[in-house]
Amino acid sequence: MSFTAGIDVGSTYTKAVIVANDGQLAGKAIASTGFRPGEAAERAYKQALAQAGLAQGDIAYIVSTGYGRYQVPFRDTQVTDLTAQARGASFFFPNTRTVLDVGGQTMKALRLDENRKVKSFRLNDKCAAGTGAFLEKAARYLGYSIEEIGPLAATSKQPVPISGVCAVFAESEVINHVSSGATPADIMHGAIVSLVDRSVQLMKRVQMEPEFTLVGGILRFETMARVVRERLKSTVNVPTGDLVQCTAAFGAALLAHRRLERLGGEGRARQPLAAASTDLSRQAAG
Amino acid sequence: MAYAAGVDVGSTQTKAVVVDEDRRIVGRALIDTGANVTAAAENAFIAAVRNAGVLEEDLAYVVGTGYGRYKVTFGDSQVTEISCHARGAVQMFPGTRTVLDMGGQDTKAIRVRANGEVVDFCMNDKCAAGTGRFLQAASFALEIPLDEVGPTALRAEKPVKISNTCTVFAESEVLSWLGRGKKIEDILMGMHQSIATRSVGLLRRVGIDSEVTFTGGVARNRAMVQVLNGMLGLQMNVSEESHFMGALGAALFALDRILSSRVAHGAGPHQADGAKETAS
Repeated sequence: MSFTAGIDVGSTYTKAVIVANDGQLAGKAIASTGFRPGEAAERAYKQALAQAGLAQGDIAYIVSTGYGRYQVPFRDTQVTDLTAQARGASFFFPNTRTVLDVGGQTMKALRLDENRKVKSFRLNDKCAAGTGAFLEKAARYLGYSIEEIGPLAATSKQPVPISGVCAVFAESEVINHVSSGATPADIMHGAIVSLVDRSVQLMKRVQMEPEFTLVGGILRFETMARVVRERLKSTVNVPTGDLVQCTAAFGAALLAHRRLERLGGEGRARQPLAAASTDLSRQAAG
Repeated sequence: MAYAAGVDVGSTQTKAVVVDEDRRIVGRALIDTGANVTAAAENAFIAAVRNAGVLEEDLAYVVGTGYGRYKVTFGDSQVTEISCHARGAVQMFPGTRTVLDMGGQDTKAIRVRANGEVVDFCMNDKCAAGTGRFLQAASFALEIPLDEVGPTALRAEKPVKISNTCTVFAESEVLSWLGRGKKIEDILMGMHQSIATRSVGLLRRVGIDSEVTFTGGVARNRAMVQVLNGMLGLQMNVSEESHFMGALGAALFALDRILSSRVAHGAGPHQADGAKETAS
């Protein structure tokens, strides 16, 4: 059995996943990216290794992805987040034709062909209005943490209208809604609805087709998936638990296995993470 | 003597001005808008009236302006902030043909006639980029008071190029530059240049006709004035009362109403009070 690692350095969180050559998840970890992506990658990777009960030498190949993919010094290679996300999403849901990925600072819509290759994509990465930053700002003003967004919105009965044009302007809208007596739950629900409206626009631009698979950190808020389902009037696939946050890292690890096969099962020689590490069993594991 | 007032309810601050019949500013007040917009409007108005040393009943007409103008519940009518800034700027600097109004959440470029009438305008209505909010984000991220943002930026030697347009992302970018060891003044100067570039773009869309008058809260920021002057290749008019320009314009529109109702009724200021009742 061989193991690979996929490391997705996102704008907000860094995700590390260890996958066996049969596609089984061996370990995963999530760390805050902060302002030193390289260190976050190392932290997440070590945690994932610990969870898998493996040593650095057991990992035959490491593929990084995400916006900070070039800042992972111990990677063997890197792939774009689009490629990794497409691979991860279609591994979990083989009939995926459209992927919506909503992260901390980007929103992406991908269209896949029958061979699970990326056919077209659209990004929103210049403006916070279509990203998790939008929800984060609203939550921060209301006095809730990011992790409370999901449970809070779930209690809402009726969303208040929030225009999705600008995250900064939305904050003023939130202030106005608070002063006119709307509940934080309804306001947060409104912010999610506005985010979904932008997502659907982006999906239309890639000529979306079922099946739809939703991934990315923001999809861990169940309200988000529910509102997308209502807007699309279609069922949607969502990976379970915090896997929804780790599909790109998972995809990167799967791509690492494919790379390994091409290399004939031999990973590249790699320096151990820390100088103190004396683990030399890597070659045997490869 | 009758007095007129203008209340400019901006996204960040609320300004009120009282003028006398000779169009002179006799009272002014500036307070943070906060969450309760109606209360902010009222408090600014009361403070300006006190500052003028007159009684509330001496105020014959009140005009509300700014994004919260409909929350000026005691106002007699509303005028858009575009007209008010144009009017105020021309009053203060009669040679004004172009106005750049930079506030907490919006930036407007306005072309005006010699009489203060608006010919054309352009604004950022979809996005907070290129507004005072950009500086507020920097001040928040770097934990320095907003009124020190400009003076600090003026010490810059090698300004950083800010690549994000979005205010939210620029806030993270500021921190990442700091993490990479850039100096606070160089980062701040980069933020000023980014806003100025967008504003000059807005100005070009309406056409830049000299003289240019800079109004709004950000006009108090000397670094912004310096950067804009450099990019435009001219010296903008900047008044000590730049951030009161919208409220001044509103007060002048209010004064128009008082004076015209006097002409119409051929009577004294108490008649203007009657006009107030019908208007409200």
